[in-house]
Order: sequence, then structure tokens, then C-alpha cells
Amino acid sequence: MSSIGLTLSAILILAASGLPACLLPRRSAGGQRLAALAMTIGGILGTAAVALSFGPSSATSLKLGWLLPWGSFSVAVDPLSAFFLCLVFVIPALGSVYGLGYWKQMEHEPNGQRLGLSYGLLAASMAMVLISRDALLFLISWEVMALSAWFAATAENDKPEVRRAGWIYLIATHVGTLVLFAMFALWNAQTGSFALEPRGAMLTSGAAGAVFVLALVGFGFKAGFMPLHVWLPGAHANAPSHVSAVMSGVMLKMGIYGIIRMTGLLSAIAPWMGTALLAAGAVTGIAGISFAIGQRDLKRALAYSSIENIGIIGMALGLALTGRACGRADWALLGLAGALLHVWNHGLFKSLLFLNSGAIIHATGTRDVDLLGGLAEKMPFTALAFTLGAVAIAGLPPLNGFAGEWLVYQGFFMALDPSAPRGFEAMAVAAVALAAIGALAVACFVRLQGGVFQGSPRSAAGGHAHDPGLAMKLPMGLLGLACLAIGLFPAMAAPFLESVALAWVMPSGPEATFLPAAMPHIADLAPLAWVGWLGGGIALLAIILYTATRLSRRNGQVGEAGHGTWDCGYARPTARMEYTASSFGQSLVGLLSFILWPTRHGPKIKGSFPAAAKFRSELPDPILDRALRPLFRLGRIRSGGIRSLQQGQTQLYILYILGIAIVLLLSGGRGVSR
Amino acid sequence: MIETAIHILLLALFPPLLLGVINKTKAVFAGRVGPPVLQSYLDIAKLLRKGMVLSSTTTWIFVAGPLVTLSAIAGAGLLIPIGAFPAILAFKGDFLLFAYLFALARFFTTSAALDTGSSFEGMGAAREVTFSVLSEPALFFAFLVLARISSSLSLDSMLRVPALGLAVGTTAPLVLIALGFFVVLLAETCRIPVDDPATHLELTMIHEVMVLDHCGPLFGVILYSAALKLFLLGAFFLHLVAPYSTGNPLIDWPLFAAEMLALCVVIGVVESITARLRMRRVPYLLVSAILLCGSAFILLVR
Repeated sequence: MSSIGLTLSAILILAASGLPACLLPRRSAGGQRLAALAMTIGGILGTAAVALSFGPSSATSLKLGWLLPWGSFSVAVDPLSAFFLCLVFVIPALGSVYGLGYWKQMEHEPNGQRLGLSYGLLAASMAMVLISRDALLFLISWEVMALSAWFAATAENDKPEVRRAGWIYLIATHVGTLVLFAMFALWNAQTGSFALEPRGAMLTSGAAGAVFVLALVGFGFKAGFMPLHVWLPGAHANAPSHVSAVMSGVMLKMGIYGIIRMTGLLSAIAPWMGTALLAAGAVTGIAGISFAIGQRDLKRALAYSSIENIGIIGMALGLALTGRACGRADWALLGLAGALLHVWNHGLFKSLLFLNSGAIIHATGTRDVDLLGGLAEKMPFTALAFTLGAVAIAGLPPLNGFAGEWLVYQGFFMALDPSAPRGFEAMAVAAVALAAIGALAVACFVRLQGGVFQGSPRSAAGGHAHDPGLAMKLPMGLLGLACLAIGLFPAMAAPFLESVALAWVMPSGPEATFLPAAMPHIADLAPLAWVGWLGGGIALLAIILYTATRLSRRNGQVGEAGHGTWDCGYARPTARMEYTASSFGQSLVGLLSFILWPTRHGPKIKGSFPAAAKFRSELPDPILDRALRPLFRLGRIRSGGIRSLQQGQTQLYILYILGIAIVLLLSGGRGVSR
Repeated sequence: MIETAIHILLLALFPPLLLGVINKTKAVFAGRVGPPVLQSYLDIAKLLRKGMVLSSTTTWIFVAGPLVTLSAIAGAGLLIPIGAFPAILAFKGDFLLFAYLFALARFFTTSAALDTGSSFEGMGAAREVTFSVLSEPALFFAFLVLARISSSLSLDSMLRVPALGLAVGTTAPLVLIALGFFVVLLAETCRIPVDDPATHLELTMIHEVMVLDHCGPLFGVILYSAALKLFLLGAFFLHLVAPYSTGNPLIDWPLFAAEMLALCVVIGVVESITARLRMRRVPYLLVSAILLCGSAFILLVR
């Protein structure tokens, strides 16, 4: 079977994975098991198809006519698609297995079938987005993805905050899609076709700039670039955890994919495009991780950290675009390779952390970090997996996060090369921004790790906590191992990264910027193997030292229970006196208050014996809570006059749409030619 | 081969001496006799022979913390050139690994501190990660300056630049990053004016307070790791301010050792004649380090 055929069959299996459950009784567990089985089979088939697509003689594209007057059913698997497809086929499959233990259909009777169906569709539509080579097919897949993600994320829609987060997501994603409509319309107007083929040469430089800006905004909504991230924290926090894992680990990357795909189609890249993306990435990265440090909600913190990682990817892509604009193959290669590797890495460790948060919620019933603590003792497996994820996401060796960021760093330092065009040295300052992000990420994840797993329990929530069952442990363990594997053997990913970069850096055509022979190799620019070896050596040394300490006979009192923490000899410490995650983050929140604008409500303490008082501090999102909500409130008040049109009857709304369509047909339809 | 062996021996045996020299200097300034210069060796040897008591609150992280820290810092030790002699490992981008291994050490030190559930240690850990957010950018500006001057991305050749003689355009940036890096060194090695290593039980401490509950061999490991970190950052700093070599190994090794001990005397003097800053003032000091290193970068690429 050809690679594209296999890919399409895998997508079909994913899309249909939720169907059997709809035919079975709502309370039966069989439907969910069948769905997980189908997701796994689809995932394995799809991964095989991706592997096949790198083979020499296999059809990787397919073009069929269809009934719509525009566009065509045109699909293809090229290295860029294949790279992202790996995530789409692996993470949702692991998530569905995890769901067997975490979100049993029997326990969620009203919405079990809805989640099963939309979850499979979400995975399938993301794969379709990646292989579409036609703007219309792309938009259809994009919309199916957006809607199925909404259905999946609001599966627990009996809770008001879930519904609220769902609406914000729905609005944001459609605003983004509208921008994409504009972008593809412009593409069609300039190239004369909806086909997503490298026809960038047909664009005027102004139009190319407009396409880039529209892509950055339209896809930026999905990826979560600040300030377009408004939907992200709420939706991620309130979705079931395996859906959060898929949304954060995979769906956000569809926005990144869109930006890479569209810039790959453009032939002339202007330097300002790289600078714009670099700046957007740096702002997103620093603001994202700063807000993550201030969150009490575990999943909101993880969601803001996703924004940070999207920022890092954006910075790397900015470097790559600048490299293409200036004809610097080394910048382009390191930037793109770093961005891509980070896409994979973030997909792995963020999914791991979201699955972990699910295990914590499952065991304790709360997402509030300040109420948790001491779970490492009761949930050793989860604690170990979380530590792996936290070290990886903080970008520390020897795990995979470091390998990706290392490539990006090297690219920024290469901007200092004396032979580089004048004026681009300033780009190297991005390395300093990346270092600040790195230090903040360490703080953020030490804080979460300490708040959740270390110390003694800060409330009764964790009283009966225990590690989850095998269905949940297995996906977590596999993701953790994957993080470790990429961290120790990052050089294995290099050929993959190079083949994607080659196609992206050189859009085929006469105006190709580089010759293939001029394309450097990652191993020459940045010897990834060294990172793996040294990191592995250090990990091994640490393990040996740890084992030796544990086995040492002399340490007679090791592990003996009954000694509490010494704590400077304080006689009766209680868990209420412990440093919480909020206390831990407080000094940083103060330091970053020029970004965060925290609010504090509470009386000033006066006198020696102040009366009992209440204190509350909040960290509202600057865009959603400080700008958009007031704006929408104002809009609601001002538009009171025309709100009588809003009746709440669906039929009437459809009538409006029909009316507008007729008006449009009568007024503008004549001017439009195909 | 012999150089590698000496390098490793220095890493293993020399660092505790630094603590002794600093303490002796401080004692002289205070008019005391002070502990013997070799006291740190005796302390570490004593601690390694003891048993240890583990709080029932703690988990494996508490034990792993100091051990991972030691491994990470020892790994960083392979990447830095010592005096006139090359690093054991050198490859493109190794300076990033050098910086990130210290971050790995920080992750596990602070996690182990939080593992005790003690508020004191939580406070220390919070301060440690907060101040690192400011010292890291300063360090990376220094890296940018060195990478620009040396046109190289390996710590070994980046740090060798000052030894090659100073050009007109590079002197001022190098002086500025040397100043900035000295502040980073003081902050990272828990020295006055950022932190006071002499007292354990103050609410104002950072590094010392994080290890309150470690005892026995683990505390010995912590003491040695701290000394090793001082040694590595000191070796880095010496490349900037005293890049002298004769080409004769028999002179160069002792020369390096003498320079390092002189640096410890300087640190001891700084500790004796300055007061520790109030906690809320520390960020200003670190921001000034960023300003120094950042200005150096601007001067260089202007």
C-alpha cells in the first residue's frame, strides 16, 4: 500500500474510532475500549505510513476531484507533514488509553459518547490539516479540528467554568479562522488557485508581506502567541486532562505548522518577517512563563507554560526566517531544526505533564497547588514521571528540552559571526531572552514540583491519594521514556530535521535561495551527540552516587521513620506553616510585577494587635480580564438597541443568514469571477 | 594525558582549600586566629564518615538533590579550561551546557530544599531561583561578548581570548564583563554582599538555609560541591582578569593555583569590608551586573 493510502486509512480509523460507542449503550465500557483500540491501531498504522513516506518509491500524494466548485481533494505527505504527523498519531493514541483509566465513560454517562466521537475526530482532522495541499480542504479540516476540540474540551459541560472557557475558545478560534479565510482569499487572488503549492514567486512583495502577517495572526490564535492566547489557559485548564494533553501537545502545534507551511510557500522572505516573529516569540515566551509562575491552578500553570514554549518556537522560527531573508543557511537550519525539535519535545513533555496533572486530580480531586503537597510519598510513580517532565520542560540536560533549545541558542550565537550582514548582531540578544526564560522555567517547575509533591500535605485533599492504574501509568511511562531517549540520543533526530529544513529553506523554483550543496549539516554546526553523551554520563554518575548512598551500611539511620524535619528546632511545625507554591512564587511575582500587574485585596495591618482580616491576591490575564472583558461589557451596554434582534431562536438566526446571503448575492455577486 | 590527569586531580582535591583561604582571610581581618586553612578537608572527611538522619517528610528527591548537584557541577568541570591548559572536553556550544548544568544543579538543590517542608528552606529556595533569573542574563551577555571577540562557540577558545592580547575595541567590553561576572560569581557562590555563608539560622540566608536538614555524607557532598562551584567560576573569572601563562607547565600549574588563592583572598577581603545587602536590595546589584555585561555587548557591536 502506498504511503498516502495508508495515511488516509489511518485517518479514517481515527475519525471513526468513536462511532462504535455511539451504537452501544451509554453505560457500557466496551465502546470506550473499542475506541482506544481503534486509536491505537490508527496511530500505529499512521506512524508506519509516516515511516514509509521517507522510503524511496512510495506515492506520497493524491489528487481527486470533488463536488465543490473550487479547490480539489489534494493531499500529500512531505517531510514537514510527516514530522508533525508523528505527534498526531502518537499522542492522541496514548491519551485514549489513558482515558480508559482517567475518564471512564460509565462515570460520565451524559457526555461519554460525545467525548469519544469528538476525540477521534480531533485527531483525524489534525492529520487532515497536515496533509491538505488545497486551501479549501485545509480550511474544512481546520474547522472540523476547531469544533471537535471544542466538543472534546467541554465534555464536562455541567460545570459553568467549563462552559465559559468553551465559549471563549469558540470565539477565539473563529476569529482566527476568519483571518485565515482572508489569507487564503489573498493567496487565491494572487496565485489564481487555492492549491497550496510553492507559487510564492507570483506574489508581489506587498502581498507576500500581507500573507505573512495574516498567517501570523490567524495561526497565532491557534498556537497561542501573546496577545492572541486568551482562550488557551481556560480551555486547557477545564478540559479533561487527556484532552488538555492533546490540545496543548498537538493542537497548538497546528498553528506552528501553518506558519511554517505558509512561509515555506513564500519565495521572497523579507528580514522584517523574521524580526517580527522573533519579537512576538520573545514577548510570548517571557510573558507566558511569568504568568505560569503566578498560577495556583496546576493546569493553568501548565497552559501558560505552553504559551512560553510556543514563544520559544516562535523565536526559533524568527531566526530561521531571518536566515532565509539574509541568505544564511546556518541560521535557517539551526532555527528551523530547533523549532521542529522543540515542537516534538514540547508535544512529549507537555502531554506527560498534563497526563500527570490528570493523575493528581484523579487522586486528590483538586487542581489547586496550594492545597496539595507531599504526594511524592503516596504517588511515587507519578512523582518520578513529573520530575522527568519538569526537568525536560525546564530545558535542563540530560533530557530532551535542552537538546532543542541548544540548537536555537547556537543559532542566535551564530548571529555574531563577523561575516554576517551588519545590523543582525542585535538578534543575538534573543539568546539572553532565552536564558531569562530558561531561568524562569526552572523557577516555575521547581515551584510546581515542590508544591504538589514535596513537603507535607497542606490540606486533607491528598489524604487517600495513590498512584493510578496501569492504563494511566503506561502512557505516562512511555512519554517519559521518549523524553529521556531524545535527551540522550538527540543526534538521531538530526537527519529527520535536516530533510524538513532542506525542503523549507529552498522552495523549489528558479528563485531558490540556496543550493543543496551549500546546505550545512546539523552535526557540523551543533554536535548534538556530545550533549547526549555528557548528559548521559552525568545522569549515570548521579544514579551511581544515589545507589551507593542508599546501599551504604554506615548510614544506619537512613529511612528511619519518626524524625520530622528539624526546621531550626521549631517544636511544633504544622503543615499550615509550610511554604506553599504561592509563597514560593511571591518574590518572583513581585520582581515581575511590571509584566504581571498582580492585584491584592486586604486591609493594611495597623497596630500591635490587629483584628482578624482577610487577604486575597489575584493574577488576572492582562488581555482577557483587563482588556477584552471590559470591552465586551461596554459593547453589550452600547448595543442594547439592536439586541432585540437576538431572539435565541436558531431558526430565526438561520433566516438572518439566508437574508444576508441573498443581499450579498444581489449586491456583490456580479463582480466576482472564478 | 598528564594535563587531563592534573585537571581532574585539581577538580577533586583543590576546591576545599579555597574555603579555607577565604575563612582565614576573614579571620585575619576580624583579628582572630581562625580555623586552619585545611579545615574544610577535615570537615568533609568527618561528615563523610557520619551516619545521617532523614526527616520522615522527605523522599528520594532529598537524597538525590545533593548528588545530582555534585554530578552536574563535576560535569561542568570537564568543560572549563584551567589556567593555560585546555578543557578536557570542548565542542561547539559547550558553554551552554556549562550554564545549564548549573541550572540543573539549582533545580535539584531547590527541589531537595522544598522536600523538607520547612518554611526556612522554602524561603531560601525561592530566593535562589529569583536571583538566578537576574544572574543568568548577565552571564549570557558575558557569553555573547566572549563569543563575539573570539568568533568561537566553545568555552575553551572563548576564555582564551584575553590571553591573546587586547585590541583597542575589546578592552573595555572585557573589563566590563569581568566586573559583571564578579558580581555573578559572588551571588552564585553565596558570598557577601548577596548571602552570608557564615551563619545558618537567619531568615536572610539563601544557600545555607536550603541545606539546613542535610547532614552527614550528604552535607559533606554539599560542602564539596559548593567549593567546586567556586573553583569553576573562579577559573572562569581568572581567564578574564589574569590570563597569564609562560608556556612551561611546571610554572603554569603553580601560577594558576597561586592566582586562584589570590582570588580567594580578594573574596575574603570583599566579605570582610562590605556588609550583606538587604534582601530587597540584592536584585539591584544583580541588575547592575546585567547592565555592565549588556553595555559591554553594546560597546562591542556598536
